[in-house]
Amino acid sequence: MYFDSIIAGFGGQGVLLMGNLLAYAAMEEKKNVTYMPVYGVEMRGGTANCTVVVSDREIGSPIIHSPVSAVAMNLPSLEKFGPRVKKKGLLLVNSSLVPEKEIRVRGVDCLPVPSRELALEAGNERLANMVILGALVEKSGVVSLKALKKALYPGLDVRYHSMIPGNQSAMDKGAEFVRNGGR
Amino acid sequence: MARSNTLLVKGNEAIAMGAIEAGCRYYFGYPITPQNDIPEYMSRHLPEAGGTFLQAESEIASINMLLGAAATGARAMTSSSSPGISLKQEGISYLCGSQIPGVIVNMSRSGPGLGGISPSQGDYFQATRGGGHGDYRTIVLAPHSVQECYDLTMRAFDLADRYRNPVVILGDALLGQMKEPLKPRKHRGKAVDKDWALTGAGGREPRLLKSLYLSEGELTKHNWMLHRKYRRMRREIRYETVGVEDAKLVVVAFGSVARILKNAVSMAREQGMAVGLFRPVTLYPFPQAVLRRLAERVNRFMALELSTGQMVEDLQLSVGPDVVDFYGRPPGSIPSPDELYREIRKNYRKRIG
Repeated sequence: MYFDSIIAGFGGQGVLLMGNLLAYAAMEEKKNVTYMPVYGVEMRGGTANCTVVVSDREIGSPIIHSPVSAVAMNLPSLEKFGPRVKKKGLLLVNSSLVPEKEIRVRGVDCLPVPSRELALEAGNERLANMVILGALVEKSGVVSLKALKKALYPGLDVRYHSMIPGNQSAMDKGAEFVRNGGR
Repeated sequence: MARSNTLLVKGNEAIAMGAIEAGCRYYFGYPITPQNDIPEYMSRHLPEAGGTFLQAESEIASINMLLGAAATGARAMTSSSSPGISLKQEGISYLCGSQIPGVIVNMSRSGPGLGGISPSQGDYFQATRGGGHGDYRTIVLAPHSVQECYDLTMRAFDLADRYRNPVVILGDALLGQMKEPLKPRKHRGKAVDKDWALTGAGGREPRLLKSLYLSEGELTKHNWMLHRKYRRMRREIRYETVGVEDAKLVVVAFGSVARILKNAVSMAREQGMAVGLFRPVTLYPFPQAVLRRLAERVNRFMALELSTGQMVEDLQLSVGPDVVDFYGRPPGSIPSPDELYREIRKNYRKRIG
């Protein structure tokens, strides 16, 4: 089993937390995992991204140029990482922020996710990242949704643990969206 | 959680955790990217362990504070990144000359000069040749995973005490920032009797730690003694091999490059190429004898580095210059597994067929 993903967006959208939670979920399922935040001058600008690799074998490179999957939380991320996704790979796009006419990537399974709208249904639009993470996990099967929900405990500081149920229902929303065929 | 004893941490944090577990109680440092997670962790957790965290006014001050603390027999550490490590070289030379143990972490960045913050392996010469003045060596350990960052830091403290010599941990930005599962384990090293430590001479003969030897023949004797010590360090040689048993071409790399190379080597093997990987864990002492034995049945070697060629010289000294090829990269970009695979394939076709 091997899976990798580049998760990218604006700073503040919670992309590094998404990567961390995915890594914790993989640990929960006793898989090998690496998490690599973007390292470079981008850190001082407005965008953020991280790479997560999950495997049941020893992981070599934590840095991936052409990922099996990617999550684009905004348009610059889609433009940068969309074309890099491997053929027949998976691309999740935050369609609440990226105009539909921009979402045209060839040769990959592209899933636009209206994360903000779904997050509002879950109670808070700031849960948009958890919606997409739920969708990524459901669509790829890299880890179980159960493991992802459990990952919130080690992944969040104790003072935010009261918010875990809200985050979990946002993950459910994303997964449900995938199960309903992306509608 | 099922694996509640497993943590997800950065390489930098793992180094700090390993240090505290190994009994490090004094940390002196000055901030520099990309190793700031080490002082950050230390500033919070070292006082909890009853130790002292001190942000000094400079790198030069911090290495000399380490010298002072370690002279009393305490376990002490400093960390920095390339330009900061250059500033510490005088102190490292004094530590060696005075035979004072200490752990120096270099999560290196790219140079020369202020260079940049991207990963580089351009500090190999500085680390392995004794980067300051005088004829000395430090043990150099090169981790390639978060777990190794933890384990080798603990080991570094034991080796430093065993040989009364500074030990350098040479990592880079990639290793420092990457998070991986870490299984912390208890430190099991034996405490060394430090009958040289400056603990106050009440009731015993005074002790002296110095690196100045002016009387006739004294310095020669001192240097020969140090030399014998460096030779004894050879028993600490550590390395990892992957698939060298049937290899016709062995690729040699350390640290983060070795890690990326592991993917490239399995790609090559899947394509039927007899390629193996040799990863030195101790860069000094370099696993020269092991490589020499390997060269009796392996035709070709190839060094891969994030520099324009430093470790390759140690490889050439080990197996002979005629059987070694080199692929290197100056700072700026990290090679992907595919790129390294293509370099290996090119070399394999040319040399092996």
